[in-house]
Parts: sequence; C-alpha cells; structure tokens
Amino acid sequence: MIINYLLVGVGAGFGVLARVLTTQWIMQKWSSPFPLATFLINMSGSLLLGLLTGLSIGAHFSLLLGTGFLGAYTTFSTFNVENVELLRRKKYRTLISYAGGSYLFGILAASAGLALGSIL
Amino acid sequence: MYYVLLIFFGILGALARYSIELTLPTTPFPLATLFINLLGCFLLAFVVRFLIWLPRLSSKMVTAIGTGFVGSFTTFSTFALESSLLSRTDFLIATSYMIASLIGGLLACVLGYRLSKMLLIRFKEVLRHDH
Repeated sequence: MIINYLLVGVGAGFGVLARVLTTQWIMQKWSSPFPLATFLINMSGSLLLGLLTGLSIGAHFSLLLGTGFLGAYTTFSTFNVENVELLRRKKYRTLISYAGGSYLFGILAASAGLALGSIL
Repeated sequence: MYYVLLIFFGILGALARYSIELTLPTTPFPLATLFINLLGCFLLAFVVRFLIWLPRLSSKMVTAIGTGFVGSFTTFSTFALESSLLSRTDFLIATSYMIASLIGGLLACVLGYRLSKMLLIRFKEVLRHDH
C-alpha cells in the first residue's frame, strides 16, 4: 500500500534530520572519545519506541513514528563503526562502556518505555 | 542543499528497510532486523573507507549516503524493542539475537573495511595507469 510507504517516508525525513541536528548540537558541547551523541540518540529512541508500542498507537501512527521517525532517528551502523574505531584506537575501556552501555541501557530503556506505555 | 540530500537519502534508507521487513518472513527470531543491521554495518564501513576516496563523489554526497541512507536504513530502537519483548517470552532466542547483533555488527564493519582496503589498492593502481 502506497500510504504505508508515504507514512514511513515522511517520518524518516524528520527522523534523519533530528539525528543529524542532535549529533551536531551534542558534538559542539562534548568532546571526548565516548560517542555521546549516538549513545543519547539510541537510548532516547529506544525509550520512545517502547513507549509507542506500550501505548498501542495503531498501525498508521506506528509506521509514521516507529518505523519512519524512530527507525531513521536511531542507528545501528554508526554505533558499530564507532565501536570498531574505538577498537582500532585501542580505547578498550571506552569501547566496553560504550558497547556494553548501549546494549544494556538500550534494552532497559525499551522495557521501561513499554511498561510506562502500558500504564498510561 | 546538504540537508535536502541528507533527507532524500534518509527517506530512501528507511523505505529500503521497510521493504525488506515486508519481504522477509516473520519468524520468532527477528531475522529481518538482524539482516538489515548487519548489511548496514558492512555498507557504512565501505562508504566511510572506500566511497570517500572516489574523486567523482563530493564529501557532502558521501556523508549524505553514509549518514542519510545507511544511518536510516539500520535501526537501534527496533533492535532494543525486539530484544526487550523476546526476553520476556523466549530467553534463548533473545540471547542469541543480542549476541548475533553484537558480534555480527562488529564483524560486518571489519569486513567492510577489508573490502575497502582491497578495492583501494586496485583503485589506486588504476588511477596510476590512467595518468
């Protein structure tokens, strides 16, 4: 259905813009090997996707906001390229806290969003 | 203009992801997301290590492809949500999904870097012959 692709596309346009602007804004304020921008984007996106799913917002909103906006806002590829970059630069502590922290807190954030969404 | 390119490629990336999600069968193990995320890791490594060297592509174009297309193609939020939901119902599938994403993501990047390195060596030879 063309409407579904349209919903995903519109959401994604805003999602990619939100990711890039957030990254630029955080990178101006924060300079350290820890990739804080991608971390905060992925954590907030996981929390929000859990929340939307918990709220049961319906198929159309789910495509617009979940698959489109949050799918494009969060990113798995940049996260992994950053991990390999930390590995190459032998920043093992940062790598473990970034990779471990992202997986742990990302899944916890999604769970918290789900729980919160089901209560509301 | 840069933001127009970025949004354009971002929309394409998300639509590619959505098409793959619709095409691949729905299984207890989230195969579609894993496939998308690992392919994206490989592609992003290739973009930042190989495409960046192509003289015909401007650096803005390369960023729009990498950050826009591949960044929107892959998704962390769906991974986190699926892991959270699966860990309630099937702990074994949830654990294997997380491990496959963790190790697979890193390996896919390394593979992308290796291919870029190989191609760059050949590419630079071709450039030398041309001059």
